[in-house]
Amino acid sequence: MHVPDGFFNASVSIAAGAFAAAGLAVCLRGARRELDDRTAPMAGLVAAFIFAVQMLNFPVAAGTSGHLLGGTLAAVLVGPYTAVLCVAVVLLVQGFFFADGGLTALGVNITLMAIVTAAVGWTVFRLIVRSAPRSRAAVSVAAFIGAAVSVPVAAMGFTVLFWLGGTAPIDVSSVAIAMGGVHVLIGLGEGLITALTVSSVLAVRPDLVYGARGLKTRLLLRTADGRSTEVIDEPAPAPARSLRPILIGGALVAVLLAGVVSFYASSSPDGLEKVAGDKGLNANEQSHVLGDSPLADYGVKGVGNERLAVGLAGVAGVGITVLAGGAIFYTVRRRTRDREKVSA
Amino acid sequence: MSMPPPSLRVSELAYAYPDGTQALYGVDLTIERGERVALLGPNGAGKTTLVMHLNGILTAGHGVVEVAGLPVRKNTLGEIRRRVGLVFQDPDDQLFMPTVREDVAFGPANLGVRGAELELRVKEALEQVGLPDVIDRPPHHLSFGQRRRVAVATVLAMRPEILVLDEPSSNLDPASRRELAEVLRSLDVTVLMVTHDLPYALELCERSLILSGGVIAADGATRDLLADPGLLAAHRLELPYGFAVAPQPY
Amino acid sequence: MGAGHTHQLYRPGDTVVHRLPPQCKLPAVAAFAVVVVATPRDAFWAFGVYVLLLAAVAAVAKVPARFVLRRMVIEVPFVVFAVALPIIGLGERVEVLGLSLSAEGLWAAWNILAKATLGVVASILLAATTEPRKMLLGAQRLRLPALLVQIAMFMLRYMDVILDEMRRMRVARESRGFVARDVRHLPVIAKSAGALFIRSYERGERVHLAMLSRGYTGSMPVIDDLGASARSWATAALLPAAALATAVLSWSVS
Repeated sequence: MHVPDGFFNASVSIAAGAFAAAGLAVCLRGARRELDDRTAPMAGLVAAFIFAVQMLNFPVAAGTSGHLLGGTLAAVLVGPYTAVLCVAVVLLVQGFFFADGGLTALGVNITLMAIVTAAVGWTVFRLIVRSAPRSRAAVSVAAFIGAAVSVPVAAMGFTVLFWLGGTAPIDVSSVAIAMGGVHVLIGLGEGLITALTVSSVLAVRPDLVYGARGLKTRLLLRTADGRSTEVIDEPAPAPARSLRPILIGGALVAVLLAGVVSFYASSSPDGLEKVAGDKGLNANEQSHVLGDSPLADYGVKGVGNERLAVGLAGVAGVGITVLAGGAIFYTVRRRTRDREKVSA
Repeated sequence: MSMPPPSLRVSELAYAYPDGTQALYGVDLTIERGERVALLGPNGAGKTTLVMHLNGILTAGHGVVEVAGLPVRKNTLGEIRRRVGLVFQDPDDQLFMPTVREDVAFGPANLGVRGAELELRVKEALEQVGLPDVIDRPPHHLSFGQRRRVAVATVLAMRPEILVLDEPSSNLDPASRRELAEVLRSLDVTVLMVTHDLPYALELCERSLILSGGVIAADGATRDLLADPGLLAAHRLELPYGFAVAPQPY
Repeated sequence: MGAGHTHQLYRPGDTVVHRLPPQCKLPAVAAFAVVVVATPRDAFWAFGVYVLLLAAVAAVAKVPARFVLRRMVIEVPFVVFAVALPIIGLGERVEVLGLSLSAEGLWAAWNILAKATLGVVASILLAATTEPRKMLLGAQRLRLPALLVQIAMFMLRYMDVILDEMRRMRVARESRGFVARDVRHLPVIAKSAGALFIRSYERGERVHLAMLSRGYTGSMPVIDDLGASARSWATAALLPAAALATAVLSWSVS
């Protein structure tokens, strides 16, 4: 997604630059509240981590690969404001040191990949965590969904900017479909990496996960002569509520959105869409051919009406997201239960 | 004037990690000014955890740590870190600047030392560890033994009240080991050396403490402790093969 | 890619370009990129002048063309995109070598390719002549917020640590015959990422503790203060100034 120089016209570049600068200013203020003297080192580590993991291209579907954007992961680990700073630093370093992403496109890149992903990912994450029972599983599932949602939203942000001031003469709806379709899949990978990273950090060092601070338990210190002291006073956990209604509700909304939006987005299908999607717009995710995958062309095979087909593909994408999320949720929950049994 | 306060006083120190594992169960110890003391203990006894408390990296869940009379608290951290010089086990963790000069200058510069005084401190510290000519080299080009000595210099440049070394002899070849011992013996500061290298403790420290199970299990002359096979065995400490220590003659 | 990545960027040297204070070079390169983007796409000769300007900088800095070309690989994805543009673009078609291409697409492809390439080369030259650490000191001098500079500083410090861990883990994975091929391997990659984070975090934490132990309070002590003379500023301004003159000329011509 790293946009190079010359991709957007000057007004969009400048406007995005101003927006990014304002966003960074807000985050610099906010970051001070999130972490103590560990802010800079911890954020630097997360930034380096995101940079490194962006080199791990993961396979999405046959022949397709994507890489982590990292906004949600950073938000869950160090808090949303610091996360924006982390990803922005990654982009600045990539732009100035590695020539990856244009310097005049930094505003666009920071807006989409730092601000949008962190804001969307964190909002979704918080909404789920707040209404779910306090458990490590809930945190991981929330991280998965937050990350999975943040990527297609950022892709849509790209489409909007492209519509406003892209320099390439391509139909906006094809951009929307190509970006949206591929990024729903990339979002799955992003979600999986985010959730697994968060859950493995939670298992070893729960104190490092900003988004799970509510999970801290009271520490009981015993001394050699048998006295004990309590160290941290956490408020009593909120009464647990079932996660099911939220999951089902969220899934329905997502399916509806994906189906309806894709249905209308594909209003002017032409035979070149596939090339647009495959060869170009997801450029940094390496060119690929979806080949025989059931979602090839972002339309479902054997369905005559193209609009309907693309809509179905969107629904299928969300379905996969939900299934994968559910699978992780149950695995993690079962594992937590097993561990509780062992320690009981 | 009364007697100067001890360099280090720890009392009833208990600590548990955020995941709930408790490492220290009430540690009491006092080290007088100018003493060289070894802190012995098997892996997992809580040695590193204890060290982290000495300069406030970890803060006591329960109990008190005082350095030359000053308690370790949030508002005293700056001064505490000047007084306690911590040398980490892995010199690669400790040396993070591009040249030895900048690395040794890092500590005093944080204390506000600048210019000629800073240069003097850097030279002096490198002099003390016997490596005055590596000043412009990048740390990762030095041998492991040299790096460990530079790590000691980075701390000496801060002119600490007490030098705390975590496993100073680990991974050193015999020559580097001897060179480091010479450096440590020549220094005029209080030293607390955390190790499970018993001969090294015997060579350098009159007095030893055994930390086991999160408490101080023994405190006495190094020679006496090492001459007690029962005591050593009870705390998973072993002398190297063929090595025997006679108790202190009275 | 892999370890050592960060070290290939900088080419040590002792030229005018190398010696320029970083706080002068950073804005100069950024200004150059802005001017390039603002140049109308049909002013072909202006882009030719920009190429010559960059070539001159490279020659003065003694950065060989081969070095720049090798680093330009970073641009490949967008070259692929640009090549696709004339084929998939909308609008009026023109016949080129028997292919029916979109005229507007051809223009867009040229526009993106030319501007992106110039931007990439300018950044490559900047990184080739400025040590990463100096670059950050320059950013600090330019009053970039201290927190951002420090995050970047720690990022560079930890990058080696992480890349090292990453290489070790990849060797471990691959020596047991693992190659990521399709989506079923995603969990393996994801788990590697989790393990990577914890391993590098614990390493990073020790480095941070060592810094704290030596009185680090959240800002790097500035020992070697690099001041910039008016002359350095003037020298650095040569590139963007020449580019700006070219651009102004191209606006008035077209």
